[in-house]
Amino acid sequence: MDEKVLLTGNIAAAEGALYAGCRHYFGYPITPQSDVVEYFSAKLPQMGGEFVQSESECTSINMLYGAAACGIRAMTSTSSPGFSLMQEGISHIAAAELPCVIMHVQRGGPGSGSTQTAQMDYNQVVKGGGHGEYRLIVLAPDSVQEIFDFVQLGFYLAEKYRNPALVLTDAIIGQMKEDVELRTIDFGPTPEDRSWALKIHRSPKGKSANVHSAVGIVGIYNEWLARTNEKYENIKRDEVRFQSMFMEDAELAIVAYGSSGRAAKGACKLAREEGLKVGVLRPITLWPFPQPQIEELASRVKKILVVEDNLGQMVEDVRGAVEGRAEVHFMGVFSRHMPDCNGMIFPDTILEEVKKLL
Amino acid sequence: MSGEDERKLICDTPDCINNTLLPTCPGCLHGVVARCVCEAIDDLGIQENAIGVVGVGCHAMTAGAVEVDTISTAHGRAPGVATGIKRAYYGEAIVFTFQGDGDLGAIGLGDVLNAVNRGEKLTTIFFNNAGYGNTGGQMGPTTIEGQVTTTSPYGRDPAQSGFPLHMAEMMASLRGCAYSARVGINNLKNYAGARKAVKAAFQKQMDNIGYGFVEFLCTCPPGWKKKPDEAFHWMEKAMMEEYQLGEFKNVDEIT
Repeated sequence: MDEKVLLTGNIAAAEGALYAGCRHYFGYPITPQSDVVEYFSAKLPQMGGEFVQSESECTSINMLYGAAACGIRAMTSTSSPGFSLMQEGISHIAAAELPCVIMHVQRGGPGSGSTQTAQMDYNQVVKGGGHGEYRLIVLAPDSVQEIFDFVQLGFYLAEKYRNPALVLTDAIIGQMKEDVELRTIDFGPTPEDRSWALKIHRSPKGKSANVHSAVGIVGIYNEWLARTNEKYENIKRDEVRFQSMFMEDAELAIVAYGSSGRAAKGACKLAREEGLKVGVLRPITLWPFPQPQIEELASRVKKILVVEDNLGQMVEDVRGAVEGRAEVHFMGVFSRHMPDCNGMIFPDTILEEVKKLL
Repeated sequence: MSGEDERKLICDTPDCINNTLLPTCPGCLHGVVARCVCEAIDDLGIQENAIGVVGVGCHAMTAGAVEVDTISTAHGRAPGVATGIKRAYYGEAIVFTFQGDGDLGAIGLGDVLNAVNRGEKLTTIFFNNAGYGNTGGQMGPTTIEGQVTTTSPYGRDPAQSGFPLHMAEMMASLRGCAYSARVGINNLKNYAGARKAVKAAFQKQMDNIGYGFVEFLCTCPPGWKKKPDEAFHWMEKAMMEEYQLGEFKNVDEIT
């Protein structure tokens, strides 16, 4: 049995990176993820790594761009307003097709919003956020253990596809404590070719590496578009991940991710105790979105309830997959237990809504 | 004339130069800066560990002439990217940035100030041609007072758009900076000084002392709407009057 320790989600993210062999971190303090920055600042110097506190999230992501271009495992983390500042750099990293991991602990927006929890950055994270056409591989854990595991998975997928990966949490699961089993997960080999990376001790006679984000200026635009499009299609085909619970005989399905997915699972257990035929589909990859699974779901259940801590973002993707073949209902930020930024959506509130729908 | 027997090689190309044709305009001095950097890299024997980082602007195309691993970045972001590379290789890479005046002095001013202030062991080659060349000759932070550009059609008016930015002096004022100089490449004497300055700026990085910064005064004939010779003379007169050449900092320890 491996070691189990009590950790917050944010610290588990940092430990996940360290267990994945990441020794380079660049970050800037912002609530509710400043403890990630603090943790790396203490740990990395002791482990022979490099920690840099940048002057802005704009520079954090550019430091990450430089480190990722060298073919090493590197990471940054932030929360919503900081994530907005990173969009330019993320667009460049995706254009240059570099592997790296971004940890995003959501808070309320827009603007400076609140420092409390929310799931309001789904569209920004999943649909792009920066300019141009690109995709991030987005993993949405719902427990501290999954945060630890998914940071490692993020590094693996990022290297497998040479594409930035993002682990999306929020103030609830980032700040809560749970037992975590600490171990390095072996996902299998990643591509050995590192010819694209910036190098030292290079033979002057050898071909120099040229990492660039000017895909239509330095490179041939249509080649880039065709290559990345094929990559994205492969990811959509092979990397969809989700959790399904009590779906076999369900008449109503709840679709929710992250902290809301956790609440939905709680509501589902309560419903089953009362004999109600309720199931949960929790998307783990928000991109690639489990669209085929939700399409299939729409032919089996009459009603789908989407729960997310916002005004309705993922629900649009669910409606797109359902295409009118089932009723799609939504509960969001107005179902919080308190009518302000400190509120949260609890399982019993979801259960009440389920009962109204059944 | 019998030909080959009487021909003597008096000037060869640097080892580090990549003989790609640069898309620079007639009368542009950017290619001369690239040659100067290549000669400094050859002199110091650092080609195999050198990595170039470029922003957005004509300077970025110029980096194609230097035969090292390179990376292109967003406008103004080269110092942050260079920091990531330097840290990725635990200081072993010799990392330099090519940046123009709009890139470094406007959109990326915060990036470079903070990189220098952290005392990063990096080298920046700054191309000052008093405006935005790549986008067609708009006013930049180093455009001089009264200079007519496409966005200062009545001449740069300090009351409306401020003053020419003196980057080399500003860099020298930061404690993380180990070397800062402004150089010209308008004659052989100044060129020799420029080569020496680039070597000194790299040496501060190689000796793990601090940031090295070299500002080159350059021309932009199409941006300035001048013929190549007129542009050259305007640089020697108007720009060199505003921007004094010289070494503003050269220390063996940053404190």
